[in-house]
Amino acid sequence: MESQKPAGLLYGTASAPSGAGSLKPANMAVTYCFSRLATALVAVLLLSFGSVAASHVEDQAEQFFRSGHTNNWAVLVCTSRFWFNYRHVANTLSVYRSVKRLGIPDSHIVLMLADDMACNPRNPKPATVFSHKNMELNVYGDDVEVDYRSYEVTVENFLRVLTGRIPPSTPRSKRLLSDDRSNILIYMTGHGGNGFLKFQDSEEITNIELADAFEQMWQKRRYNELLFIIDTCQGASMYERFYSPNIMALASSQVGEDSLSHQPDPAIGVHLMDRYTFYVLEFLEEINPASQTNMNDLFQVCPKSLCVSTPGHRTDLFQRDPKNVLITDFFGSVRKVEITTETINLQQGSEIMESSYKEDQMDEEAMEPLKYAEQLPVAQIIHQKPKLKDWHPPGGFILGLWALIIMVFFKTYGIKHMKFIF
Amino acid sequence: MAAAMPLALLVLLLLGPRGWCLAEPPRDSLREELVVTPLPSGDVAATFQFRTRWDSELQRKGVSHYRLFPKALGQLISKYSLRELHLSFTQGFWRTRYWGPPFLQAPSGAELWVWFQDTVTDVDKSWKELSNVLSGIFCASLNFIDSTNTVTPTASFKPLGLANDTDHYFLRYAVLPREVVCTENLTPWKKLLPCSSKAGLSVLLKADRLFHTSYHSQAVHIRPVCRNARCTSISWELRQTLSVVFDAFITGQGKKDWSLFRMFSRTLTEPCPLASESRVYVDITSYNQDNETLEVNPPPTTTYQDIILGTRKTYAIYDLLDTAMINNSRNLNIQLKWKRPPENGYIHYQPAQDRLQPHLLEMLIQLPANSVTKVSIQFERALLKWTEYTPDPNHGFYVSPSVLSALVPSVVAAKPVDWEESPLFNSLFPVSDGSNYFVRLYTEPLLVNLPTPDFSMPYNVICLTCTVVAVCYGSFYNLLTRTFHIEEPRTGGLAKRLANLIRRARGVPPL
Repeated sequence: MESQKPAGLLYGTASAPSGAGSLKPANMAVTYCFSRLATALVAVLLLSFGSVAASHVEDQAEQFFRSGHTNNWAVLVCTSRFWFNYRHVANTLSVYRSVKRLGIPDSHIVLMLADDMACNPRNPKPATVFSHKNMELNVYGDDVEVDYRSYEVTVENFLRVLTGRIPPSTPRSKRLLSDDRSNILIYMTGHGGNGFLKFQDSEEITNIELADAFEQMWQKRRYNELLFIIDTCQGASMYERFYSPNIMALASSQVGEDSLSHQPDPAIGVHLMDRYTFYVLEFLEEINPASQTNMNDLFQVCPKSLCVSTPGHRTDLFQRDPKNVLITDFFGSVRKVEITTETINLQQGSEIMESSYKEDQMDEEAMEPLKYAEQLPVAQIIHQKPKLKDWHPPGGFILGLWALIIMVFFKTYGIKHMKFIF
Repeated sequence: MAAAMPLALLVLLLLGPRGWCLAEPPRDSLREELVVTPLPSGDVAATFQFRTRWDSELQRKGVSHYRLFPKALGQLISKYSLRELHLSFTQGFWRTRYWGPPFLQAPSGAELWVWFQDTVTDVDKSWKELSNVLSGIFCASLNFIDSTNTVTPTASFKPLGLANDTDHYFLRYAVLPREVVCTENLTPWKKLLPCSSKAGLSVLLKADRLFHTSYHSQAVHIRPVCRNARCTSISWELRQTLSVVFDAFITGQGKKDWSLFRMFSRTLTEPCPLASESRVYVDITSYNQDNETLEVNPPPTTTYQDIILGTRKTYAIYDLLDTAMINNSRNLNIQLKWKRPPENGYIHYQPAQDRLQPHLLEMLIQLPANSVTKVSIQFERALLKWTEYTPDPNHGFYVSPSVLSALVPSVVAAKPVDWEESPLFNSLFPVSDGSNYFVRLYTEPLLVNLPTPDFSMPYNVICLTCTVVAVCYGSFYNLLTRTFHIEEPRTGGLAKRLANLIRRARGVPPL
């Protein structure tokens, strides 16, 4: 960029005298023109070099900031309760596993599981959730952090997480702290219908609410790009109403179709995964943080022959071309890192710590010994007085009731009784 | 060039006010221990305790250097002015009758009780915020703790640490019985440990074995303790405990041989380098008694004897910091074997198959003297097919009596007699050994009242259905298929009537 300006100036200064040179006598103008032409030629050469250099730097910069995002978040929601919905928990955990494997840390994942399958009393192998039959792959793993579990997975909590309107005492791990340079992956699975998704068998979220939540996120600039994947029956109905920019959506089935489950395991006794997520998991197992696979490949996952339902997708709100969008833009957390080989020596500075330790030692001798409390002091307990309850003035109802009684009494029996009462 | 800037910043931070603390004396220490207790019922209980003691006053502002004591909990103590914190997650119930008294029992679900310092002005607000923060740290739904499930005990739950006065206003207690404990609670609990499931006793903490148990309880206890014998200043003690009971039938297939590998599918490879003490204690109280012989392998070098919970117990000690016990080439896998075959040696059970075979249960029991043994079986009553009922179903169904075949020790030894010589009443059962005699006893049969259906219902249904069909369908049929025409009244005598009768029989229209 810097080399471009002087070349431009050169070019600018070269052009003016050549115009002025045409007014002078011809021979002087010719020599003048030649010198000017030489400088112009040099200027052009320099300009071309400069532009090559500049375009190289620009290329590098463009490569560096190709996708426009600087951090990745994932919100993974399983909305079904009860043991026979084991497959929905397995779906969510398999996406969680892939996303963690490709680099998104637990602090950037909000995992919501509506029921506990791993330590369910009906699970023949506790602390495991399998995705393939014959117990090949344990997607629960040993290092899982569930942020919202059991009764906390409600429509209200989900919308609060998305829009950021959370009560102030919510811990960090339960918040979606995304900014305008975050790419967010939202995966939802459960039982759904035409235009709604069922939460825990007791409430629903509609596609209009979801679209409005995404619009709130856009207005508050809480995302750069958003990928929404849903694996339910009639899943395509959930993304029909989106109207905010930069959203790409995938669903496992069209309106009027059911998403089917993949395979049961005879030892566990339930279906382990849904078909669409099973094939997505197989697809993601081949992705590593450096792979260049793009979204068009994800759209081809699970054709109708394998999935029985027709997976759908929606990219009209998305600004980039899906073939330029890498899978790791959403599923992974690929950071641009420059490695340096310089070494720096660190020195020890321990004087301050020692002085504070000495202060503690001096304080010690001045105080008297402390003691432990008695665990069951019977005598003290028997003789302790119960706390007096705070006196509250009588409320409006009591006052009104007494006023009514007194009024009725005096109306009936006459005011002459007053002096005997008061 | 661009990367050197953040590196420079990092250097500045490190050379900042606190400095690099390699040379200062250690102010926090870690002790870890595992107690393996074979239980009277054949199961095995394992109790882990990881105790980090930090000699520091956390109320002082500006504490920012944490070494062994986890920063997440240290910041909690200073921010919410805690004096004590006790949090436990439990699945299952400790069966004191079969397993003996526990070291530390916790209620099923999640339990949190906290003593605040007396400088706290709004205890309820701090309590609510604290439970929210803990729910984020331990991935549990502790945010459901509010005034509807919090109490302030007035007499119990006295502080377990140092306390000068105990005004119960600063105590709060809550239990969430519905809380599930699973790997997602174990993971952050393990991350609070200094060696964090990489070395020492915490390598044994694998979720797939720890949750396949009858009882699983993990807890975090923070309290102030005396720093030294003079007890003029306090240290903060963090204890992380985990108790599990492995069921003999689930994990052991009924055998009573236990080893660390069988329980945890891991063995101990190296001690935690940050620990000042790392030991495994095995309860060998029944080692020296004559009846039971418990063999512990490898044999212990030292033992520890003390009165624990009222009874004298002996423990074998395995010190992981002792290089003779465990080093790079040797793993430590402690094995327990019971020499004597178990008492209740034989059980045979054949479940029933509907309409094919009945239940059969046979048990060999050794009855202790002067005792009462009760054997009970639960059963459910099912509905039979209506043809399988007897004509008098309200009488009930009989269950055959149980049989008790016993060898009863004789007071006086009997001599084997010749069957032809002795009277007939003495030769019913063959006597092999004179010290006991054989007897076969029977219990009463059981009369079970099965739910009987109303047998008049098929008749009622047939009647009703036929009536309805006859009335409704019959009426419609008649209306649809019959034609109606007017008939003249008859004006004839008997002869005409007779003639009409004959004509009708012939099929000819009447006169």
